Amino acid sequence: MREIAWGAGGMAALLLLIAPVRAFAAQASQAGQAGFTLDRLMQSLAQRKQGEVKFSETDYLQILDRPVKSSGVLVYRAPDRLEKRTLTPKKESMVLEGDELTVQRGHRTYRVQLSAYPQAAALVDAVRETLAGNEAGLEKVFKVGFTGTREDWKLELVPLDKEAARKVRRVEIGGARDVIRSVEIQQADGDRSVMMLEAPTSGSGAGG
Amino acid sequence: MKGRRAGAVLVWAGLLVLAVWVLARARYSADLSAFLPQAPTGVQRLLVEQLRQGVASKLTIAAIEGADEKGRARISEEMTTRLRADPEFLAVENGDAAAQQRDEAFLFAHRYVLSDTVTPERFGVSGLRAAIGNTVDLLTSPEGALAKDLVPGDPTGEMMTLLDQLSRNQPPRTEYGVWVSQDGKRALLLMRTRAAGSDTDGQQHAVEAIRTAFQAALAGQHAQLVMSGPGLFAVEARASIKSEVMRLSIISSVLIVALLLLVYRSVPALLLGLVPVVSGALAGIAAVALGFGVVQGVTLGFGGTLIGEGVDYSIYLFVQSASHTDWRRSVWPTIRLGMLTSVCGFAVLLVSSFPGLAQLGMYSLTGVLAAGLATRFVLPELLPRNFRIRDLTPIGRRAARLREKASAGRAAVALIAVCAAIVLGLYRHRLWSNDLSALSPVPIAAQRLDGLLRADLGAPDVRYLVVISAPDEQSALEGAGHVGVELDGLVAADVLSGYQSPAQYLPSLAVQRQRQESLPPPDVLRARLTQALSGLPLREDRLEPFLHDAEVARTAPPLQLASLEGTSFAPLVGALLVRGDDGWRALMPLEAPVSHGYARDIDVARVRQAVSIGAPDDVTVLDLKDQANSLYSGYLAGAVRLSLAGFAAIIVLLLIALRRPSRVLRVVLPLALAVLTVAACLRLFGAPLTLLHVVGLLLIVAVGSNYALFFDKRFSSSPPDNGGAGPGATAASELTLASLLVANCTTVVAFGVLALSSVPVLHDLGETVAPGAFLALIYAALLARPLPSRSMGGAPPP
Repeated sequence: MREIAWGAGGMAALLLLIAPVRAFAAQASQAGQAGFTLDRLMQSLAQRKQGEVKFSETDYLQILDRPVKSSGVLVYRAPDRLEKRTLTPKKESMVLEGDELTVQRGHRTYRVQLSAYPQAAALVDAVRETLAGNEAGLEKVFKVGFTGTREDWKLELVPLDKEAARKVRRVEIGGARDVIRSVEIQQADGDRSVMMLEAPTSGSGAGG
Repeated sequence: MKGRRAGAVLVWAGLLVLAVWVLARARYSADLSAFLPQAPTGVQRLLVEQLRQGVASKLTIAAIEGADEKGRARISEEMTTRLRADPEFLAVENGDAAAQQRDEAFLFAHRYVLSDTVTPERFGVSGLRAAIGNTVDLLTSPEGALAKDLVPGDPTGEMMTLLDQLSRNQPPRTEYGVWVSQDGKRALLLMRTRAAGSDTDGQQHAVEAIRTAFQAALAGQHAQLVMSGPGLFAVEARASIKSEVMRLSIISSVLIVALLLLVYRSVPALLLGLVPVVSGALAGIAAVALGFGVVQGVTLGFGGTLIGEGVDYSIYLFVQSASHTDWRRSVWPTIRLGMLTSVCGFAVLLVSSFPGLAQLGMYSLTGVLAAGLATRFVLPELLPRNFRIRDLTPIGRRAARLREKASAGRAAVALIAVCAAIVLGLYRHRLWSNDLSALSPVPIAAQRLDGLLRADLGAPDVRYLVVISAPDEQSALEGAGHVGVELDGLVAADVLSGYQSPAQYLPSLAVQRQRQESLPPPDVLRARLTQALSGLPLREDRLEPFLHDAEVARTAPPLQLASLEGTSFAPLVGALLVRGDDGWRALMPLEAPVSHGYARDIDVARVRQAVSIGAPDDVTVLDLKDQANSLYSGYLAGAVRLSLAGFAAIIVLLLIALRRPSRVLRVVLPLALAVLTVAACLRLFGAPLTLLHVVGLLLIVAVGSNYALFFDKRFSSSPPDNGGAGPGATAASELTLASLLVANCTTVVAFGVLALSSVPVLHDLGETVAPGAFLALIYAALLARPLPSRSMGGAPPP
């Protein structure tokens, strides 16, 4: 039954996960480049092999009369392990490894095979291609808008899939040069979450 | 004298008519019950009941292969729509969203009576605050997006708790709205039939309905249907038993008729020769019908046992009466003794609690007796005045010469015996099969497919089961509720990964009332909610649905079985909560813990300890596989004991008849060696021995004793008989040898045909007795004293 619920919400959950991790991967790339474009950004994503970055997130939910804050770390390990580890107010983690999404909360663990959902599987492929520096991968799943300057750019992602669009209106990623500062996810019902990223805390990439 | 003879024929004819009348009225069954032991008491009865008509017995899995993903999904949907309209099926599931939404809607509507976290404390101020605090945390967690819509109606998170309680097993993958296998190559459907697994007719209807639905849904596409499940196994086994029994009977009849024609070269002789067999078969089936009520198909399959022996009697009569002027005095006593040894062997089977064996015993015992009596009292009267068959002396002479040449064979027999003993010694710990599935008529390939489909569906075989017996429905549900609490502890301790219980979907009325009383009246709840929310970010004005739902739940009539109608829980509860002969049963299948992707065995002792509440008889923990196997082992040991008893009875009989132990030894030794050799070969070249092998070994002794007795008699009888020295004796010996050869051929053919069967019980019996009977003759010939030599014409050496 739990996994039945995933069928409906899996898309949203996945979008919530992948956007910040992508952002983190970009953050971790240190190469300064002239003539900054989406293509360049994408390429820099492909270079980072592993690392951690702290995040703080604020959720604005209609049902709550004030925003709720949480914080933790994002961890990426090449080629396809992405983890969002929340430390406050409650410990929990969400891991995407291969096509398996694992959510751990309290003493309970839920697993879901993303390939079980064709749409989600397409999304995972897109993330993989993106991490491999392939811009076209991203554009298969999102309508991509890239605006601003090298010092202050904004990447706007709007889901193409109707089912996904019913949950997530858009994802906005902001950054300066190749450093990502924020990820904002706007849901279709008006709720939104804003994730601020700090400087990376661990090592430079092996492949960089 | 003449009147008495005519009387015998008249009585015989009358009995035959009676037997035919019984046969015509008898019930025949080809289902699997002959393979299932009848269990005497308690746990065993529960076990067999579960095997025959339990939760697991009604499940059928269908898989659609071929076409493409969308094609398979469409076929799956159309089959489901069609089968759901069929009353044969309690439930048809293919993972479609509509059914899942119905289930979720049911759970949500009844969350306050279903969730076991509903207590008075939870709806006090601090309980509410803790529960709502949790929900707020959940909202910002990765699962928040899933939980968000539920919060206004369910701020205490009962629905999420409920889903946690119910979902511990991974569901199948879903593609295009239907369940598919792990590799995505098959679409999967799960069906629960109305008919029990042991109701083969009902299962046959269900299987046909599934096939029809598949054909109708195909609509020109190329796809295949694969199915598995206990019901299907029963249907296929029945079909194969039916066709095999027919086929085997025809094959062995044709072969034996051809053999006899070849030997006798006379149609009247052939027809007369079949009189004992036919009398025996009719009498045997009639006896089974009268004694058991139902004649099992396999029993008819065992008919070979009778053909093998019954034909022998007429062969002895026809062949040996040529050289014995007073057949009744010189030959009949030996046949009678052989017949009685066979009867001893079959008689012990009668007390077997394995229905198939008991029927085999009854059939063969009656059949052999009837065949023997027909040979003695009826057949001679039916023979035409100048009845003569072809002279078989040349065959006998050749055989006798061969035997003389092979006198060195004694050494070979000794060597073989030693080798066989060594083999059996080496295998002594792995001689017997302890697996009930060794008798299962389900082919290995089908068992493998079943495992594959179950793994795909995440529906592991029901192996562990807690059974609660109670006098009425409500106490069964209460028991399930109590046991459930204990099992929750085991789930937390990772002894189980989960369990199913009827009380999860239909709690007892008492528990429902308790939960309803945990909910405060509206104004009280509102006041407490206001207090609980202070300091929490949740807005009270959003929670009106909660106040409304709680009041509805508090005052609603309790859930009944009928309330589940339309959800997939209705058939599930129907399967888990059953009315038995002596009250109600709640069944709680346990799910094994999983580590590193593999299911481990459940620590049954710990489960027993945990659930041992109430009277010990009320709660039983079953490990179906282990207990079925130990039950089977018990029956195997029983069969070995029975066979030894049969062997002992035969020895006692021989001691009484032959008087001298040395003669008994001479008769028994070749039989014992034949048993030894066959057992060693079967184990060496095959799998561990099963129940039917044991029975087969007993039959080697029962059938083979005829040969040994003739060899014994030939050289031990006193002069007044024709068997003394001289040319007449030599001719008689040669004829005896010829008749034994022909008789042995028919036996080997009859059992050899059984060995061709794909039904394991028939196959095992055939592959044991056919070589055994042959070896019994050879060993008896080699170990007997040499024939009086034609050239010397002298007496046998001392």
